Amino acid sequence: MARILVVDDEPPIRRFLRISLTANGHQVAEAGTGAEAVALVRADPPDLVVLDLGLPDMDGQEVVSAIREDSAVPILVLSVRAGEADKVEALDRGAEDYVVKPFGIAELMARVRVALRRAPPGSRPSVVAAGAVTIDLERRVVERDGAEVRLSRREQDLLFALARGADHVLTHRHLLRDVWGPAHADDTAYLRVYVNQLRQKLEPDPAQPRLLVTEPGVGYRLRTDGG
Amino acid sequence: MPEPPDPGRPSPDALLEQAVRERRGKHKIFLGAAPGVGKTYAMLEAAHAARRGGLDVVAAVVETHGRAGTGALLTGLELVPPRQLGYRGRAFPEMDLDAVLARRPALALVDELAHSNVPGSRHLKRWQDVAELLAAGIDVWSTLNVQHLESLNDVVERVAGVRVRETLPDGVLRGADEIELVDLAPEDLRRRLAEGKVYLPDQAARAAERFFSPGTLTALREMALRQAAERVDAQMLSYMRAHGIAGPWPTRDRILAAVGPGAGAQRVVRAAKRVADRRGAPWTVAYVETPRHQALPEAAKEAVAEALRLAGQLGAEAKVLAGADVTGELLAFARANNVSQIILGRGRPRRWPARWLRRSLADDVLRRATAHDVLLVAGEDGPAPGPAGPRMLATLGWRDVALAGGAVAAASAVSWLLAPLLPLPNLSVVYLLAVLAVASLRGLVPSLATAAAAFLAYNFLFTEPRFTFQVNATDDLLTICLFLLAAGFTGQLASRLRAQAEATRTSQRRTATLYEFSRKVSSAAGEDDVLWAVAHHVAATLGARVVVLLPGAEGLAVRAGYPPEDALDGRAAAAARWAWDNGQRAGRGSATLPASDWLFVPLRTQRGPLGVLGVQAEGGGALPADQARLLDTLADQAALALERAQLMRDIEAAGVAREKEQLRAALLSSLSHDLRTPLVSILGSATSLLELGDGLDDDARRELARTIQEEAERMNRFVQNLLDMTRLGSGGLKPKADWADLADVVGRALGRATPLLKGRRVKVDLDPALPLLRLDAVLMEQVFFNLLDNAAKYGPPDGAVTVWARRRGGEVVAEVCDQGPGIPPGERVKVFDMFYRVAGGDQQAAGTGLGLAIAKGIVEAHGGSVGVLDGMHGVGACIVLRLPVPEGAPPAQAAAPAEGG
Repeated sequence: MARILVVDDEPPIRRFLRISLTANGHQVAEAGTGAEAVALVRADPPDLVVLDLGLPDMDGQEVVSAIREDSAVPILVLSVRAGEADKVEALDRGAEDYVVKPFGIAELMARVRVALRRAPPGSRPSVVAAGAVTIDLERRVVERDGAEVRLSRREQDLLFALARGADHVLTHRHLLRDVWGPAHADDTAYLRVYVNQLRQKLEPDPAQPRLLVTEPGVGYRLRTDGG
Repeated sequence: MPEPPDPGRPSPDALLEQAVRERRGKHKIFLGAAPGVGKTYAMLEAAHAARRGGLDVVAAVVETHGRAGTGALLTGLELVPPRQLGYRGRAFPEMDLDAVLARRPALALVDELAHSNVPGSRHLKRWQDVAELLAAGIDVWSTLNVQHLESLNDVVERVAGVRVRETLPDGVLRGADEIELVDLAPEDLRRRLAEGKVYLPDQAARAAERFFSPGTLTALREMALRQAAERVDAQMLSYMRAHGIAGPWPTRDRILAAVGPGAGAQRVVRAAKRVADRRGAPWTVAYVETPRHQALPEAAKEAVAEALRLAGQLGAEAKVLAGADVTGELLAFARANNVSQIILGRGRPRRWPARWLRRSLADDVLRRATAHDVLLVAGEDGPAPGPAGPRMLATLGWRDVALAGGAVAAASAVSWLLAPLLPLPNLSVVYLLAVLAVASLRGLVPSLATAAAAFLAYNFLFTEPRFTFQVNATDDLLTICLFLLAAGFTGQLASRLRAQAEATRTSQRRTATLYEFSRKVSSAAGEDDVLWAVAHHVAATLGARVVVLLPGAEGLAVRAGYPPEDALDGRAAAAARWAWDNGQRAGRGSATLPASDWLFVPLRTQRGPLGVLGVQAEGGGALPADQARLLDTLADQAALALERAQLMRDIEAAGVAREKEQLRAALLSSLSHDLRTPLVSILGSATSLLELGDGLDDDARRELARTIQEEAERMNRFVQNLLDMTRLGSGGLKPKADWADLADVVGRALGRATPLLKGRRVKVDLDPALPLLRLDAVLMEQVFFNLLDNAAKYGPPDGAVTVWARRRGGEVVAEVCDQGPGIPPGERVKVFDMFYRVAGGDQQAAGTGLGLAIAKGIVEAHGGSVGVLDGMHGVGACIVLRLPVPEGAPPAQAAAPAEGG
């Protein structure tokens, strides 16, 4: 189905990833070091890279940058819980998404599916459906249960930015730059206020958001399978 | 300095002064003109009124002198029992200061403010006790007779013919918040005296007649009234300033009093105080330290110091100016400080030769002080000890006699030889040379003696008639006069020169000592070194015993001493504590706790107090005045050095704490990494089996299951290592040593490690002749297992692992070698540290942070050692174990059959 490169220095981890991904119909290549991974991507670009950030020879972040230099292949980063800063940095360097170690195989597979689903730019869908909410990016209309929801200009901008990257985590910086402009890239308070307002208008239960999900310390994600 | 008043705005200084006063206790003084006017009575009556008003009043000390009326007033007042102090075999009741402080009343009654405490009390004077009560926030009412005031001391003596020994600094009266004048007309007082209602101590009875004469009483009463009136003036002034009432302000000019090393100095100070008080002017008492100061006898230096101390007590600014020209220095200071009047002692009238030979200071000042009023105060006291007097008037020593005789003999011999060549009068010049030589070497008296001897020799040997002592010509008389004059002048000159040279040397020595002190003290590294250097150098500089005390967990403690001293006796400890608590000198030679053998000086810098420096002069006396001043300088320097050392220590401690923090963080991150890595595989494999079980073939399922098993075992090993390490760290891991064969131990470890080695070639090279060792076989197996695990982790998958052992003298050397990247020489000790990894950080293989540390711990628990060597042919690394061979160890081969059991 897809060709996936697994990069991790721990052989047992590579082993179960290979078995699981193969069982899901993917072709798996393995690399134990960063240099090996970069070389493999150059030689034979895969459809997806699953990358552990802790590698013996080079920093995982540099591997992300090195791959991004000449490839747009989606990168799924494996990282420990404490490394929020690492996740944000990897995402900022161009990684697609991340999974926190240790993880269940179902979670990884879901992320792999999302990462692979990302269509090439230009042919992205114009309508995103998340639960009861439909977001028409072309007509700039948002409906909830078929009724139009009135949004302020900023709310709309923010929601559309999230919808364009539906199911992907979008970092605070990314969203702020997109909606408020580069000068406000660090004003995360704006973001919290507007995400809250959007939740009030769109979520079935704003106290337990299922569409606009917070990724602590990293950013937000619009889930299309959560509703 | 004249500060232009800003009309309508309170002066900040005045407000500040008021604020400071509000925190302290209030002091009210019942002031009377003489004993018997009813001060105590008035105070007690007021106290009863206050108590009825709900105030917490305590009588700290009240002298009823057996008077019934006064005694009756004491009933109903809480009395703090006095402390009985023994002195010269008698018990003296004194105010129990600590008890009053502990009792903390709102108001304490303290009778007889000018009372001198019995030696052995904390303070010399009762007013110092009162100052401590006030500082503790306790209000105090006290009583005082005007004759006790320091500045009136000599006036009272002249008026009443009684020298009052118990004096009170004027500042105490001036600093009181309120003064109540208890007035009684002299006739009434005399009547009370006649009725026996006035208490008189026995020794005063003799003087009572003159003291209580109407004239004296009137004079004393006037003094008391004037004190109270001046007080009102001062309060009015203070009120006007605080409330910004535009004045006519008194001009803020200044009075300058100059004192010298004469006994009249104190008289000058008192006179200046009276002038300053009358004019409401600030005043300064100055002493000009000339180069000759060092040559002054101790008594003269002491007199100067005493006069300056008195000036300080009376509220003056005491100042020491340095310079050669006394008048010039005084006038320069006067000009710079807006001085309007200069006060000097007149000094004794000089006899005529001195009068025209050298102008007195008073004359000089009068001549040159054109812009200032000059007030001369009669100096009636005994003569000022002349500078360098004792030296000049010293009797002839045998050395002087020998020198004079030798010089005259030599001059005679030379003259005898020259007699044929020179006319007779010129020969006297040779003798004159001898006189000059002795004068310049030995001073005035020996030179005069030489002059006399030279004249006699000259007369005897050369003048006609020769070989007689007859004097028969005027020119001979002239010669002897000239001889004596020359001797006198040169002798005087020489001794002064020598005195100056001596003074220069002394001051040089002092400077050198100070320099040496600061150099040594600042080059000392740690706090203890600084303390020791301070003790040693202060002791060497002052020729005294020295201790340094610093505050610790249990109060002040001796931290250094020279000669070494561990503890102080009770008195000294009390003085040290007082000096520390109050930031002032205490002990021998000071005003507080002078019964102590030690003098304590606080060590303080701008950041605050650091400790206390204690000094005990040789022989237990007080330090001489200039040494006491030097002590201040030394204490300052010591405090600075100590502060520097303590800052360094704090910085180092902060560094250690930071390192510990870093180690802790590294440990935690290492632990979480090592524990989580196997978990990732276990969780991932287990969920894969659950979710994808049906879609997997048998091989894949088995592989996942095996991954779970292996990773769980890895985690178990890691947890086991952690536990071992904890037990090693707490000393809980004790080897149960028994005879064991190393080959057996290695074999079992290899068996356990096989899955880890993953098909790497293992070469075992153990000397078959190895002796049995006393080992804990289980623990030692863990050692080899850890070493093999390590070799597998770092060696390449296709590399070989070698286990090698030989006997080398009294020990068995065993090595486990890999063919990995090796360990750099600089890292070879650190690899045995807990959680150390050669590459460090998160990027390394998991679970390797403890193995070597545990191996090291176990081997050392067996009395052995571990190390690292380069691998064979320079490839890889070898971990080397050295295990001791016990006495009489049987060879392993022969003992092998016994192993089975």
